[in-house]
Amino acid sequence: MARAAIPGRLTWQAGRVVDLVDETARCKSLVLELADWRGHRAGQHVDVRLTAEDGYQAERSYSIASAPEDTHVELTVARLDDGEVSPYLTDELRPGDELELRGPIGGYFVWESSQGGPLLMLAGGSGVVPFRAMLRHWAADGRDVPARLLYSSRTLEDVIYRQELERLADDGADVQLTLTNQWPDDWQEHRGRVDPKLLAEVAWPPHQRPLVYICGPTGFVEAMAETLVQMGHEPAQIKTERFGPTGT
Amino acid sequence: MDALDGNAIAGPLFEHFGEEMTTTVGTCAHCGTRSQIAELVVYTRAPGTVVRCRHCANVVMALVPIRGELRADSSAFRMEQAPDEP
Repeated sequence: MARAAIPGRLTWQAGRVVDLVDETARCKSLVLELADWRGHRAGQHVDVRLTAEDGYQAERSYSIASAPEDTHVELTVARLDDGEVSPYLTDELRPGDELELRGPIGGYFVWESSQGGPLLMLAGGSGVVPFRAMLRHWAADGRDVPARLLYSSRTLEDVIYRQELERLADDGADVQLTLTNQWPDDWQEHRGRVDPKLLAEVAWPPHQRPLVYICGPTGFVEAMAETLVQMGHEPAQIKTERFGPTGT
Repeated sequence: MDALDGNAIAGPLFEHFGEEMTTTVGTCAHCGTRSQIAELVVYTRAPGTVVRCRHCANVVMALVPIRGELRADSSAFRMEQAPDEP
């Protein structure tokens, strides 16, 4: 049933692609201009809807990669070879094209500088996307808060935002990478999956009550959250977001 | 396929209830566990979406699109400050 737009309702709007940025061989960032964007908080996401000529529609949810302070809304999309939506977004979309989306959505997996910290972010693969928004927000408005990102990636080539993460580290964020599948011979950072020993090194002790955000594939998120709770962190201090192919 | 969490259905729930829902707290009618919607277990690949309690794994919500409109049965998740059903 058609329903008129009501203030506060979530309505679909058109976003114009102003730029496309290759992040890795598989990931691309979409820089969007939205005429009717009411702002967002770091960690929120949008739903993107594609409509085929025959009317078939597919919806997917993507984390917002840009900070509230940024001019444009950015999404970073990982291409899934058997995906219905992501190959179009990464391969077919061109600057000037329009994309239908709604948002911002979600109020749970959100960090605002006023919440303080310490801020601990644990990313598995493209789970780093909402943390780019949080770290940009931190750089703009929260640098007095200790912030640490532990980012688990298969290889160095799969690391999204590598140069920007280096700049954020220069600004005072503690950015640590672990490579799980292969690493350069001279690799100085962590190797292998995040295990309890590494997590204990990286996480602040429970009595410092870090705000913990975990984003990644389901297995990664659950392993990290369970280990932190076993270490004595309060479940209420740990926020999780699992990603995977979703849709309607 | 791995289960997701309530963040994955934030859009459809907003569409259905008319407000942001992922931080809404409710109680599982089966086991009494209190949680936020974002913390629930979500399966999106069933016909429709099935939402389960993370503690007891019983179904607490089901979302099914019927002719373009989302029907939601959330009777087994007793929400505190639940919005009015549309």
